[in-house]
Amino acid sequence: MKRYSVFALARNALRFGPGWPALWRSPDPKASYDAVIVGGGGHGLATACYLASEHGITNVAVLEKGWIGGGNTGRNTTIVRSNYLWDDAAALYEKSLQLFEGLSQALNFNVMFSQRGVFNLGHSVHEMRDIARRVNANRLNGIDGRLVGADELARLLPILNVSARGRYPVLGASFQPRGGVARHDAVAWGLARAADARGVDIIQNCEVTGIRRERGRVAGVETTRGYIRARKVGLVAAGHSSVLASMADVRLPIESHPLQALVSEPMKPVLDTVVMSNAVHAYISQSDKGELVVGAGIDSWNGYGQRGSFGTVEGALAAIVEMFPIFSRVRMLRHWAGIVDTTPDACPIIGETPVRGLFVNCGWGTGGFKATPGSGWVLAHTMATGEPHPLNAPFALNRFVTGRLVDEHGAAGVAH
Amino acid sequence: MLLIECPWCGPRDESEFSYGGEAHIVRPPEPDRLTDEEWADYLFMRKNPRGRHLEQWCHAHGCRQWFNAERDTVTSEIVRIYRVE
Ligand SMILES: Cc1cc2nc3c(=O)[nH]c(=O)nc-3n(C[C@H](O)[C@H](O)[C@H](O)COP(=O)(O)OP(=O)(O)OC[C@H]3O[C@@H](n4cnc5c(N)ncnc54)[C@H](O)[C@@H]3O)c2cc1C
Ligand SMILES: [Zn+2]
Repeated sequence: MKRYSVFALARNALRFGPGWPALWRSPDPKASYDAVIVGGGGHGLATACYLASEHGITNVAVLEKGWIGGGNTGRNTTIVRSNYLWDDAAALYEKSLQLFEGLSQALNFNVMFSQRGVFNLGHSVHEMRDIARRVNANRLNGIDGRLVGADELARLLPILNVSARGRYPVLGASFQPRGGVARHDAVAWGLARAADARGVDIIQNCEVTGIRRERGRVAGVETTRGYIRARKVGLVAAGHSSVLASMADVRLPIESHPLQALVSEPMKPVLDTVVMSNAVHAYISQSDKGELVVGAGIDSWNGYGQRGSFGTVEGALAAIVEMFPIFSRVRMLRHWAGIVDTTPDACPIIGETPVRGLFVNCGWGTGGFKATPGSGWVLAHTMATGEPHPLNAPFALNRFVTGRLVDEHGAAGVAH
Repeated sequence: MLLIECPWCGPRDESEFSYGGEAHIVRPPEPDRLTDEEWADYLFMRKNPRGRHLEQWCHAHGCRQWFNAERDTVTSEIVRIYRVE
């Protein structure tokens, strides 16, 4: 791997030539690997990257049916935070946030992680009590955060409508200063480049169509580019997790829904932080290019079409305009949907399935971008050692049998 | 936006309806005879297919009746509407 540095930049600039190599190779699949990761989103790439760097397992392939980062990784609104309510979830997301803090250095690739802070607004007395409780829980867990009243909000966010007569009156917010946004494509590309440099094969346009088992354990995967043997297979396919798991007769408590987002035309800097509202299903930030990035809530029905209903975005935009009247005449440029994998307790499922050697990492639903490195970290540990990492032990599939759910609807909800 | 044909009221906008998820999940008559796995399967596990899905809808802001639909989860085409037996 050619390292990026100011000297490399200067050398390439002076040579005027095509001095930058491709970020990763595009090899043909081998007949067999020690581990196969299905799904070349951020989570799958991070898993492969850490299998190689932390566990010395380098005979690994990432199989992606389209192009890497073309799923939810490249479709999300990129909010990163760790202020979840329950200890188990908070620990997992905080691990991920810490990895994000060092990710550009670790990958030698600028993922443009910008810790501009995240506000979660409260619109009723009841919601403010929940927010206060969550902030207290966060602080007990060593996670930064504080409660902000409406007066201070008005000072910090002069464009926010905090009038008591608003349709969604703003009573206050939680604020996590270390939260922020990162560049989603860069996260995928940086992880792919680092994984490739350690020997991982990244194979795009390779769809997994079947999972072969022998005596109750996984033997390999059928793909559009032939059969590939592997004793360990990780399914990291977000919205398509149920489809893949069913190939091995594994049932999951997952429903796939469209989740929509939009970006506006680019504008001068106007919003220097991230504002989210769980109650009105809307969240907004401004990208470095100047576009407003707006996310909506999920469409209620199951869907795989990467396209939701207009009423859902209309609702989100109506709420945004109500909270930020200054945006009422902004034109939206692009609009899309991803397919998110929701679970009954709004928490992920990470671990081995009843099929030995077959692992899942899914159920991140509407909020897994922030978890990208942490998710890969714990799945790599689980696949390498055969035992869950302490951080993902509470998130086994078996929790739906034992009843030990981790109900994060309050902190996860639709908002990320 | 989906256009959904309520069996009682006719075609109406999606926003009049609420979604009830997978259809034909029957509550086990004797839950205390089930293993934890079977109970979890009933409570939580879902088919979530890519393609044809049998699902429940309620005309919440209309006649308030429940009915079933067969819908393609990729194209969103509603292939069939049928009553709950
Ligand atoms: C509109 C929107 C906004 C969001 N906003 C946020 C946010 O602000 N903050 C946040 O933290 N999270 C957010 N999320 C959620 C976040 O995007 C996801 O949780 C996260 O990106 C999931 O990453 P992943 O790598 O698991 O999935 P993906 O990036 O979807 O990767 C899965 C990959 O698997 C591939 N695949 C599927 N089936 C097969 C097969 N059979 N064979 C081979 N490959 C296959 C897919 O092509 C895909 O590339 C948002 C999601 C959406 C859609
Ligand atoms: Zn009706």
